[in-house]
This record gives sequence, C-alpha cells and structure tokens, in this order.
Amino acid sequence: MTKIGLEIHCQLTNLQSKLFCSCKANYREFGPNENICPVCAGIPGSLPRLNQEAVKKATMIAMALNCSTPEKIAFFRKNYFYPDLPKNFQITQLNIYGDTSVGGTGTISIGDKKIRITRIQVEEDPGRIIYEGSSSKNQITLVDYNRAGTPLVEIVTEPDFETPREVRDFLNILSDLLKNLGVADPSLEGAMRADANVSVHGGNKVEIKNIGSFHDLEKASHFEITRQESLHDRDIPIAQETRHWDDRRKITVSSRSKEEDLDYRYFLEGDIPWVKINPEIRDELKLKMPESINSKKERYISKYKISAQVADVLSSDKFYSDLFEEAHTESNAKEVANIITTELMGLEDTREKRETSKLTAVHLKELADAIQTGTVSRNSSKNALHEILKTGKTVSAVISELDLGNVSDETELLKIVEKVIADEPQAVEQAKSNIQTINYLVGKVMQATKGKADPTLTLNLLKKQIGI
Amino acid sequence: MMNLKISALEFVEEAKNGNISVEDFIGKTLERIDSVEDKLHAFLSINDKALDQARELDKKIKSGKDVGSCFGMPVSIKDNMCIKNSKTTCASKMLENFIAPYDATVISKLKKQDAIFIGKANMDEFAMGLTTEFSAYGPSKNPWNTEYVPGGSSGGSAVSVSSFECVASLGSDTGGSIRNPASFCSAVGYKPTYGLISRYGLISYANSIEQIGPLTRTVKDSAFMLNLIAGIDPNDNTTVNNNNEDYLANIDSGIEGKKIGIITDMMGDGIDPEVLTATKEAISKLEGLGAVCEEVSLEMVKYSVAAYYTITATEAGSNLARYDNLRYGYDFPVEGYEFNSYISKARRNFGPEVTRRMIIGGFVPSAGHAGKYFLKAMKVKTKLTKEINEAFKKFDLLIAPTVPVLPFKIGEKIDDPVSLFLIDINTVTANLTGKPAISIPFKIVNGLPIGIQLLANSMNDKLLLQAAHALEQTVTLPEVPI
Repeated sequence: MTKIGLEIHCQLTNLQSKLFCSCKANYREFGPNENICPVCAGIPGSLPRLNQEAVKKATMIAMALNCSTPEKIAFFRKNYFYPDLPKNFQITQLNIYGDTSVGGTGTISIGDKKIRITRIQVEEDPGRIIYEGSSSKNQITLVDYNRAGTPLVEIVTEPDFETPREVRDFLNILSDLLKNLGVADPSLEGAMRADANVSVHGGNKVEIKNIGSFHDLEKASHFEITRQESLHDRDIPIAQETRHWDDRRKITVSSRSKEEDLDYRYFLEGDIPWVKINPEIRDELKLKMPESINSKKERYISKYKISAQVADVLSSDKFYSDLFEEAHTESNAKEVANIITTELMGLEDTREKRETSKLTAVHLKELADAIQTGTVSRNSSKNALHEILKTGKTVSAVISELDLGNVSDETELLKIVEKVIADEPQAVEQAKSNIQTINYLVGKVMQATKGKADPTLTLNLLKKQIGI
Repeated sequence: MMNLKISALEFVEEAKNGNISVEDFIGKTLERIDSVEDKLHAFLSINDKALDQARELDKKIKSGKDVGSCFGMPVSIKDNMCIKNSKTTCASKMLENFIAPYDATVISKLKKQDAIFIGKANMDEFAMGLTTEFSAYGPSKNPWNTEYVPGGSSGGSAVSVSSFECVASLGSDTGGSIRNPASFCSAVGYKPTYGLISRYGLISYANSIEQIGPLTRTVKDSAFMLNLIAGIDPNDNTTVNNNNEDYLANIDSGIEGKKIGIITDMMGDGIDPEVLTATKEAISKLEGLGAVCEEVSLEMVKYSVAAYYTITATEAGSNLARYDNLRYGYDFPVEGYEFNSYISKARRNFGPEVTRRMIIGGFVPSAGHAGKYFLKAMKVKTKLTKEINEAFKKFDLLIAPTVPVLPFKIGEKIDDPVSLFLIDINTVTANLTGKPAISIPFKIVNGLPIGIQLLANSMNDKLLLQAAHALEQTVTLPEVPI
C-alpha cells in the first residue's frame, strides 16, 4: 500500500508587505537585492515586526480547511546555516510545545475521500540562490534576498494519499480554495511549492524535496513509488532518507545524509510576543471570508437549478464565479452560467486574455437577458460575445451592428419557413411520421437566417404549416 | 577649568541658558578623553565630528531656534548599538568593519533631542562577560584603581561616566551588564522593565531578557534619560506603552511607609563581608527614611545563574549565527570556499568567551538534551517569576547588593569562567523576571566602590527611581582619583 503525505508552501502573494518588515511581498519585479531592508537582510540589531495581516490571512486558510485555530499563537526559531537565510535561522511555527501554530488538525475532501490536515503554520520564505558557471570548478553562487521574509503558509497533511492522481486532485482543489479566499495567486512562479513524503507497504518514509511545480510533484511521486516498489520486490530495504527531485533527469536522488542529522534547536522567538486570536477576530474574519467553493456549488444547484457539472466548474474558479455573482439575476442565472461555462471559459483561457478582455458583468447580464427575451439567439450570442471581448461595446450596439437580431417578425419568418418546406418535401414527410425529425427543418431555417431565427417561433410556425 | 563633573540635568540647564558653550564643553571633554584614555580605555572609537556638531548646536541656539532637551550633551554609547554610518563592532573582531546602515531607536530619539554621541564605549565581546576583559580590543580599567576590572559588560560606559569622559551613557543589561560596572565604578546604573525601551538597533545577545538603560552620575539623570528614550516603538514588538510617564516628576517623593524586602538568598555564602556590611548600612538608612524593611527569600535564586547561562547561551547561539561574514563583518574573501568551510573558518574570529557560550548554546537546547537543560532552565525562569511576583504582593521594593564581591584585579579570574559566572547571582534575577533594577553607588571601601541594588515590580520604574533617589541623598562619596 502506498502512502503519500504533503508539505505545501504557499506564499501569501496578495499581501502588500513581507512578514516582518515593510518591503514588498511581491518581490518579482525588482533587480537583485533591491527589495531588502535591515530587517529582511538580517542586519545586526534589526528586529522582526510582525505583519498582523499575514496572521489573519493564514487564520482564514486554517478555517477554510476546517482546522482548529488556537486562542494564542507563537513563533519559533528554526536554526540552521544556509546562504539563503540572512539570520541563519528561520522564524516559523511549531506545535511541539502545545498548539501554538495558526492552524491545528483539519480535513479537506477530494470527492469521497477525506484528507487530514496535520497543521498550518506561518513562516518566512528564505532568499534565492542562483548558481552560475558551467563546471563545478568555476561555478559561482549568487544570493538574492529579495524573496527573504516573504510570508509563507505551510500546510502539512497526514499521509492520506494513495495515488499521485489523488495528490494532483488535492492540489487543484487547494489551489482553487486559496484563490477563492483571495490570499494568494498560485499561478505565480514559485508561489506554491511542495515536498512529498512517500512510503510503500508500510516501509520507511522517504522525503522528496526540491520539486519545482505541482506537475513535477505528480511525476516525482510516480517515480518514487516505482523506485520503492522495485526495491521492495527484490527485498532490498528502503532507507529512511531525504531525496531531491532532479528536474533534468526526472528522477529522485539521495541527498547527503548530513542534512538528515540537522538539529534545528527550536525555541521560542522572544522578539515576537504571543499573538491573541480572540473569538471576535475569528468571527470578523469569518464574515470577511468568501463563501466556500462547496457552499457556492450547492447554492447554484439548489437556488438556480444549475446542473451539478456546470455548478462545479463555475464555483471552483474565483474569477468566473465572481463574474457570475455580479451578472446574474433570479431569472437569468442559468443562462449566465451557461454562457460562462460553455463559451467564455474557452475564450478567456489565459491570464493575458482575461486582462485584455473588455467584457464586464453588465455585458453578461444584458446578453443573457437578450437570449431569454429572444432578442438574440443562443447561436448568434457567440458572435456577440467575441465582439464584446474585443471592443467592449454594449450588447445592443453589437447586436445591431453585426445584424445579429433575431428574426422574430412572424411574416418575415413565415416566408422563410414556407421556402424551407417547399425545398425539403422528404423531410416534411418524415416529420409527419416522426415529430423528432422536425429539428432538421428547424436547422434549415436557422441556416437560412444565419442563426438569427427565434427558435420557439420557428418551431411553432413549422408545426402549423406542416399541420402537426 | 570648565566643570566636566556636572550632572546631566545641570549641564542641560546651563547649556540651554547659554552659560556653557557646547563647543567649549565638547572640546574640554575631548581633551579629558585624550588625557585619560591611555590609562582607562573606555572607548573603542571617538566621534571625529563631535566638535563640528557642537559648533552647529551653538549656532542653532544663537539663532533663536528651538533646541532639544538633551542639548549639546556628550553621551557615550555602548558599541552594541547602531549609529548610522558609524562603526559598530560589539568589541568583536567579527564585526571589525561593520558600519551600521541605520540608527537604533534610542539613537534617533537622542539625536532628535540634540545629544552629541562622543564615542562608542568598550564592552565585553557581544556583551558576554562582566569585566570587559573579553573585549577583542583590550580591557577597560577601573578609574578607582586601574589594576582592577571596571565590571561589565558595559564597562566602557561606566568608566566614561565616572571618570568624566562624558556626562551620561547608554549601556545594555542582559544579566547585570549595566548594574555590575556601575557598582564597580561608582555610577548609577539602571535596567528598566523589559519592554520599556526599544531594543531596535541593539545588537542582540539574549533578546528575551536584555534591555538598554542609562549609566549616569545621579538617579535624577537616569530618570531624565529614561524620559527621552522610553516608550512604545513600532520597530520593536516587545515594547510596552508607558503613557508618556514623566519619571522625573515627583522624584523626591521619598519612601516613607514603603515596604522593602531584603533578599536573603543574595546575601548568603560567598558574599564579601564588606559588601554585607555596606548592605546593612543601606538598609538602616532606608529605615531612617521611614521605610519598613523585612527579610524575604526567593528560593529559585540559587538556580538562577545556571538558568541564566543556559537560556542566554541558547539565544546567543541563535542570535550570533548570522555572523557568517557573507554580507558584512571583516576582511576575509569568500572566493574558492565552499559555504560550510567558509563560515566555519570565518567564525573563528569570535573570541574565547563568545565561542565558549556558543558551544554551550549549541548543546543545551539540542534534541535529546533540551529537556535536561534548556527546558529546565525555562522552568526555573517561570518559577522565579512567580516567586518574585508573590514577593511584590507584600513588598513595594526589594534590596540586595548589586555584586556580592568587591572589584577584583584584571586577569585574576579570567581563567576561571565558572567563578566569574557566579558573580552574576544578584543581577540575573531582574533580567529573568523582566523587573526593573537599579544600582546606586553607596560606599568606597579600600579605595574600591560598592553599589546597592533596588528592584521593583514591572512598570513600577517610577517608584524604583524615587526610592533610589532617596537612598542616594544619604550618601556622599569621595571623588574618583583620576
């Protein structure tokens, strides 16, 4: 039996400043070592100044993952030497001296399966090391501290995953959840990273580090399971160790054993007093917290009779569900949901496309209304949507400019219907014996009107003229 | 000759009235430093712009502009506090070339009040020691007898104040580092309640218990300095709000009717009979002023030194880890080294005492040993705090000698770290419990000073200063012979 546990690091990218100073949390736009100050560069005498917003955001994540949240949280020092760590200790959280981490045990569901969360902690990201030079002899090590002190939330799970597929599903759900909470943009490079602990047949646990993306995490787990299974099959003992994911060769490689022997000498960080998180603060955060994806989905299904599949897709994406919330009314909700999931998601499938799109919630609302009142057919609405995305013109302007208006004038439509009946005697006969086949004739009318015919009116006219 | 011996309050009044020219006073102070530094070695560096700054201040007051309340006063600063664009070495070879890129909060506060930082004061390396012998740049000497240690770790601060090389000084106190040298050199040395003064810009040794505090000629001067530097600081999350308390107001309220507990555990085995006698005299003087004195026992005091060294070594091991010489430090090129071999080589520049404490600090909190050492020490800290809080239910103040022994000769105890550690027995309690404590010069015996220590409950600093002032008024000491 395979067991996989995860340690996921997520930067709180939506915060303005770092965890302990006022340097920018968004370090990505700076030249090397331009986003630093005495605090995040670990200059002697500087002290950490806790970003209270980071604690609040992390508490929101803990609540969203159904984790317990203690009344008081504390910070600890994790002591080890590394060039990317300006103080040579990392300020982080622990639960070994009582529940003092921002989040305790919790659960998250993937389908029917429940994954247990062990703990959630707030900590500072280290800087970044860049190796330059081809051979190991002339290799130089460059350190950029711009990232040092960026607020990170670490989410630790129990070894509840049995397949890499479950890991991927979980990470997708988690990533949607973090986006939905408005705490992080997981799509940013390096914003979400994970280590995996893998064991097979109840054997020793192997930790895999240095996995750059979620995609690689799945691959690394696959490789590691295969490696361990093959050792197991040959009765070779599996060593408890840390392995690194070698991105180039797509294999895991044993790390130097030295790293396992590290003793972090954890102790309380005296420069940051305990932080109280009163029930009132938690209540306030709960009010501010966006509705959970699950509750959204259920609301869409029960209130608007939106199909489960559409509701699922819509609710798990914050961008589109926000758009839906703004655009929909009691009467057009289903139509708005359909436009978003069947058309818009395909048109705005990248961040760039979303950013350049001129479509607003008002457009969506008017377009859905136009479809419902029969002003424009569902077919033509696709063309309208294309045009709106490009130009941002109003729905009515687009309909008239592109001549997309429905042919709902009965006399005009009747002429076309009569022509179709005359042209398709065979189909008419068929329709008389099997009413289902009338759709072929409806299609012909649509073709003749370039999709603008009012479908209901067309059907009624066809039936009347054929006499069924 | 201009009177360099005046108190801070006197100086500021005279300077603001125009009776003293700042340029003259600073000039005379620099001459004094020039003439005695060979014998004392109180300073690691002297501010070469002090005279220019003095002239600027003289111009400022002549032009009728508002001047700060520390106008023109020469203040020495222990060399573990950052002054922007100045060398801050912590008396270590490790920070030989470290130029601070920012001002400590206490420095920017005093700058705003027009103080002049006359120089950076000598200390034990990274504030670890109680004799100043562990300075990598050579020891300071006791102005009462230059063959004797001045105490430490803020030895340079105490020497500079008591030998008139400045008017006041800022030191730091982790286990007695302000009070101990104040006692040995006959200065007032005051460690405020933990959190009363911002530590931003103070280079950490054991951050959970250390405080910046003044070393001055009088208790009133300490209250005056506290007024200028106390208060909440957004850059130090451990600071507390003191509601802008005026510590100088009503300082002469006296101690009539106050209850004072005599800490018997700080006057037991190993105490010098002269120190014991002086303490008894101080108690009877306090009683003469209307205080009620009674013995009290703090049983945890006997474990306090062990707990203190365990906790401080642990924190030091972590606080000093950043000195890998990669970003600042001293001249030692990195080319050709692998990271771990470079830092272990670079870190050999730490002196013997710092090295000793970091080795201890790597051991006592380590997996498998933390329960026996570090966690046990933390328990002592908790119990000691409980005990002293109980005592303060009954007493307004506590009294004990600052140091159980008289100053000793330079080199006398340097090879016996444990006996040095034990001298801290009377001072570490205030640090481990966060309470304010002050040492007042009380007596000169055989040409060497003895200080008396008073302690108060947290945030009762005002009461502490009032009591210290009352006791101080009963004392007249001979002049320092240098």
